[in-house]
Amino acid sequence: MIQVKNLIKVFGTKVAVDDVSFSVEKGEVLGFLGPNGAGKSTTMRMVTGYFKPTSGSVQLCGVDMIEEPELAKQRLGYLPENAPLYSDMTVASFLGFCAELRGIHGAARTKAIDRVLDLCFLDNVRNQSVDTLSKGYRHRTCFAQSIIHDPDVLILDEPTDGLDPNQKHEVRGMIKRMGRDKAIIFSTHILEEVEAACSRAIIIDRGKIVADGTPESLKKLVPGAASLDEVFRSITKPDTVQKKAA
Amino acid sequence: MSNRDIQNTLAVFKREFLGYFNSPVFYVIVVIFLLAANGFTFFVSNILDFDDVSLSARFFVWHPWIYTVLAPAVGMRLWSEEHRLGTIELLMTMPVSPWQAIMGKFFAAAGVWLIALVLTLPIVITMGVLGDPDSGPVISGYVASYLYAMACLALTSAVSAFTRSQVVCFIISVFFCLCIGMIGFPSLTHTVVNAVPSGMESIVRFICYFSFMDHFFELTKGIFVLKDILYFVSVIIVSLLLTDFGLRSKRA
Repeated sequence: MIQVKNLIKVFGTKVAVDDVSFSVEKGEVLGFLGPNGAGKSTTMRMVTGYFKPTSGSVQLCGVDMIEEPELAKQRLGYLPENAPLYSDMTVASFLGFCAELRGIHGAARTKAIDRVLDLCFLDNVRNQSVDTLSKGYRHRTCFAQSIIHDPDVLILDEPTDGLDPNQKHEVRGMIKRMGRDKAIIFSTHILEEVEAACSRAIIIDRGKIVADGTPESLKKLVPGAASLDEVFRSITKPDTVQKKAA
Repeated sequence: MSNRDIQNTLAVFKREFLGYFNSPVFYVIVVIFLLAANGFTFFVSNILDFDDVSLSARFFVWHPWIYTVLAPAVGMRLWSEEHRLGTIELLMTMPVSPWQAIMGKFFAAAGVWLIALVLTLPIVITMGVLGDPDSGPVISGYVASYLYAMACLALTSAVSAFTRSQVVCFIISVFFCLCIGMIGFPSLTHTVVNAVPSGMESIVRFICYFSFMDHFFELTKGIFVLKDILYFVSVIIVSLLLTDFGLRSKRA
């Protein structure tokens, strides 16, 4: 459902994403791993059509993101990093606005809002201003926005960032449940999360994919590694090490 | 324009328009606008001391100066706020074209300004009670005034697309609005024309042709001149195209 081919993104002279290709099928939950600045967010922003790739192609459900962005975006739900929200709206009006932009109007809109309020445990703050929400609620509100139209493709940039352990567990469970009939990509720094929720994981370092496989197969990449954590540390380099000029 | 275009533009418009009423900025600006518009008319132009009830020279004449400061205050949040909150990333990954969002936001700001302008109607009623003003110049005065305001708002929209700071957007927009108003100011033009070598005079006059002021005063005279209306409309369109360019460049 997600087809990414030879994606390259150059900012000025810096190559942020360097020839990345992968695909995600329906029913797959893909974990996106990598050190800070490795190009995870940049890749996701290209897949969601926010950034235009320098070269390469992105297809969602067979629709090309560059040729027909509006059509492709209809298939997509996206939770950006840091869960941005319009601070002057209430939770329900924010979700209503997002529903309208997704082409959901009238009674269907009310139904869609109620559904995601329920799914994301937001019912008790539905008329509260987004300004006054705690971080967990803000995150869940933005998450609710991404699933309001029940999309086929879901892209989540650090969906558990800033949540407490209970909420993390809840979000992971939600991702896993939804993964059965959607194609999901989510990025994270927490490796145990990958084992808990993902059917597959990609490790990206300095803009390149350095590993791609099930969590179990990734562990076998590095002989003697007991956990994904060790694998991660041995195949990626800290961002303080300068990249050698090509 | 397809159905989808209209629905998306309307959704953005509605959010943005209602957003103004949720923030104190709108109320502050409307009050200051009304104080300034009426204050200048009654206490600086002393409209009541004259037998003449026409509004052009004593009411509408102040509007460009007021808009120079207040239109950027209304428009500065349009895109700067989206950049600052990061919601631009949400908006641009929705099935909404940049153009639909730009139009929706611009018309929301313009709608706010329409309310402010409607609230100045008591002065027209006052003049109607005191005398019998020609309706032509009053209508064209309002049209000119509103076009001027929309042009300033569109300029501000373009500036706000380039920056995440509302303060920076405000200051730069005021500067632009001031410049484009001032270049056509007769006394200034006169000084510049006298100062430059004679061959340059036509260049100065050509630049002055792009001033808001000339076109504004032509319109307030009470004659609907198509070229002046087209002038403001094209300023608005160019500014909105620049907004689109700014948004694109920010997204790299």
